[in-house]
Amino acid sequence: MNSSMLYGVANVAYITAMMAYIAYLMTKKNAIGQAATTITVIGFISHTLAFFMRWYEFSQLPEMSDMGIVRAIPLTNLYESLIFFVWCLILGYLIIEFKYKNRSFGAFVTPVAAVVLAFISLAGISTDIEPLVPALQSNWLLIHVFMSFSSYSCFALSFSTALMYLIITTDKKTDSSYIFWTVTLGVFIVVLAAMGLDYLKFKLPGMGSDQFIQNYLFKATFASPSLGVVFVSLVVSIAFIFAIWNWGGSLKNIVLNFGISPQVLDEITYKSIAIGFPIFTLGGLIFGAIWADQAWGVYWSWDPKETWSLITWLVYAFFLHARLLRGWKGHKMAVVAVIGFVAVIFTYLGVNLLLSGLHAYGSA
Amino acid sequence: MDQNKNKTIVDKAWDFMASVKLAIVVFALIALTSIVGTVIEQNADPAKNLKVIGDLFGQGAAPKLYMMFERLGFMDMYRSWWFTTFLLLFAANLIICSVDRLPKIWKLVKNPIKPMSREHLQAIPVKREATVQGRIETIRDKIFSAAKKAGIKLSESTETGEVQLYGEKGRFSRLGVYVVHLSIIVILLGSVAGLYLGFKGYAEIPEGAVYTVAFKPIGEISAAAQNEQRTIINALQNAGGNIAAAADSLGVTAKRLDKRARRLGILPLGFGVRLDNFEVEFYESPGRRTDMPKEYASNLSVVDNGKVVLQKRIEVNDPLKYKGVTFYQSSYGLTQSDRLTFVFKLTSRSGASDTVSVRTGEKFTIPGTSVVASVSEFNPALAFDQSGRPFTYTRLMNNPAVKLNIKDSAGDYSKWIMRRNPNTWKLTTGDVVQFQDVFGAQYTGLQVRNDPGVWLVYLGCLLMAIGLYMAFFTSHRKLWVVLATSKGSTAVTVAASANKNREGFERKIDKMISLLGEGGNK
Repeated sequence: MNSSMLYGVANVAYITAMMAYIAYLMTKKNAIGQAATTITVIGFISHTLAFFMRWYEFSQLPEMSDMGIVRAIPLTNLYESLIFFVWCLILGYLIIEFKYKNRSFGAFVTPVAAVVLAFISLAGISTDIEPLVPALQSNWLLIHVFMSFSSYSCFALSFSTALMYLIITTDKKTDSSYIFWTVTLGVFIVVLAAMGLDYLKFKLPGMGSDQFIQNYLFKATFASPSLGVVFVSLVVSIAFIFAIWNWGGSLKNIVLNFGISPQVLDEITYKSIAIGFPIFTLGGLIFGAIWADQAWGVYWSWDPKETWSLITWLVYAFFLHARLLRGWKGHKMAVVAVIGFVAVIFTYLGVNLLLSGLHAYGSA
Repeated sequence: MDQNKNKTIVDKAWDFMASVKLAIVVFALIALTSIVGTVIEQNADPAKNLKVIGDLFGQGAAPKLYMMFERLGFMDMYRSWWFTTFLLLFAANLIICSVDRLPKIWKLVKNPIKPMSREHLQAIPVKREATVQGRIETIRDKIFSAAKKAGIKLSESTETGEVQLYGEKGRFSRLGVYVVHLSIIVILLGSVAGLYLGFKGYAEIPEGAVYTVAFKPIGEISAAAQNEQRTIINALQNAGGNIAAAADSLGVTAKRLDKRARRLGILPLGFGVRLDNFEVEFYESPGRRTDMPKEYASNLSVVDNGKVVLQKRIEVNDPLKYKGVTFYQSSYGLTQSDRLTFVFKLTSRSGASDTVSVRTGEKFTIPGTSVVASVSEFNPALAFDQSGRPFTYTRLMNNPAVKLNIKDSAGDYSKWIMRRNPNTWKLTTGDVVQFQDVFGAQYTGLQVRNDPGVWLVYLGCLLMAIGLYMAFFTSHRKLWVVLATSKGSTAVTVAASANKNREGFERKIDKMISLLGEGGNK
């Protein structure tokens, strides 16, 4: 038994659970719902074991022999942090499921987990255990990364519930909130599909292993050297997003069947952010700054990672002020929550994969 | 009339500066312009950004757009006047909105909870009514202890003609958000102090050298300025870093020297720092040598007034501090120097051994033998191509190697020996030349900083942690309980409020009430 086998079990469980939750949403059969929960819990237990096992394996590497157990926490590269993000997300989801006694969120949260898992393989992210580069050899690593990802998971939850909120409360196609969520969902799917095509076209034939994303992103579609391919990709994407816009309303009926009230969704969105925001501020921004101060002698250098964290922070600070001082509720808040999570994604993935800077060691 | 009008304008301006609307606009301005700043690499080689702009907007438009962005300050935007203005607006908005709202909140915090009449209690958001078995005194005691468990110390009053218990906790929760606001201001002040009173520079010190200055990048300068630069550096180096002595030798005041030096990108340290040795340790396990650095470290000596006053080995997460200046291990590389010293441990076949330090071309003899060798070539990262020709595979000292010319009884030959590969150390005669070190080939890149504002930043961070905790994880909970006797049992009326997580408080209250009933049935 080793960590990668256990991770494998967790992966399969989460993807099965996602299908089960969606099936439950469609059929409303309680047995399916219970099965979905059981599979998720099995996946989560396996995932937890895998995390500690990988920690142990890492500490046992001959290269790591003199580093101490704390620094061997498996949160040091893109793969490990994404996997940990999934863990936090599932934990947060399970808490909500038990607290609100409602399984239908599962059909929205597990896909986010599945997308991350798919992203790991699509982007060809290395799953190897790697020794630590000097900059990461600090006890701040544990607390900084742990808190950052806990907060990202809170934000991911708020994203899921905000999206659900938008889906069930908008009906007019000309409504700006409706257009917003259909287009956002469409772009998400298009980007992932385009990455899947990159993977099929370049990664499978064995081209490029280092910095796959940096070198091959959208080369099979939007960034293809052939103008024809670019044109077709654009047309197909626009048609797809249009289709989601046109038929997105049917999603509403499915979700509505479950009788989750928009108020509950709004409340979860707010609460996840109210928990995520202080954790992010403290663990992500402040501890990050203190660590940078001790390692590099600059607590803030406006490098892209820091700047994007600040942008994310501003979006959520805006969310909280608009809600608590101006009493915003509903659509506007949900839209801000979705935008906030897009900023989170960019802070984490976009910066690591597309921009350069001090945090470059986190790249694929 | 006029005065009144003036006042309204001031009021309007104040309201505007305190408004959430301004906050939102400033948030958006900072966020959106920052995005541009992450796409355009800051202070970078123009060619890099030309390419980025070309990729985004087409090659044809790139030069013009580049010129435009440069004129707008986007190439160094976080220091541009307009970004600084955004930050100032942000700070002003933060201060004014806090000052605007604080008095009202302060009243809430300062004035303790009071008993209220039933009519007033009607307006409180959370209300519960219950009739419980038991005498009023028993119930009262139970409520006292239940509330105490929930962290609320109740007081009793009969002012309103009935028995009323009231209490609150977490009053200061309401101040949390202002503590966060204050912490941001403190952090900004700290960073401004650092910017104006401190310095941030960089020094690349070759092994064996003493530096009395660090450098900060300034643009291109005239030949005359370059001359002056050299003069100042020489004077400081000759004076061992002592600014007063250097100023004397140049015939100016110390203050003036410091000012001139800074304008020319020279940061006088006031003392000297010597790099005694620089080493990189790579990840290695038996049978596997990688080029992945595990640690790199500089052995530094601080030389003040001609004496070594402090020695420390610094690593990436472990800097050196002296007289307010901190030296951080930042990077490393190869020097252009050809004055290298090699350290070999020589062990003859018979076991006689000796350690020698030699320069290129200098002959040495294996002890107790007639084998004579000398270094003819140094390669910092030796590798061999397919045809067996040596080449340098990186620009770092990842595989230092020397080519030895060896003369033994059988004749002359040459041989490469590598520091990281003991298999290459053995000569054909069986004698061993262990390549221990090469001195003078590398430099250490140090980030040099003097930041008198950093303690303010840390203080701000601490304040922010406290403020966030108060604002998000505590809440101001108020509780009133009115007790009345009715038909042998006790009528309990509860009113409560919480500024956060009201549902949680409601659940607690419901539990408390249900427990009262249980006790009464006994």
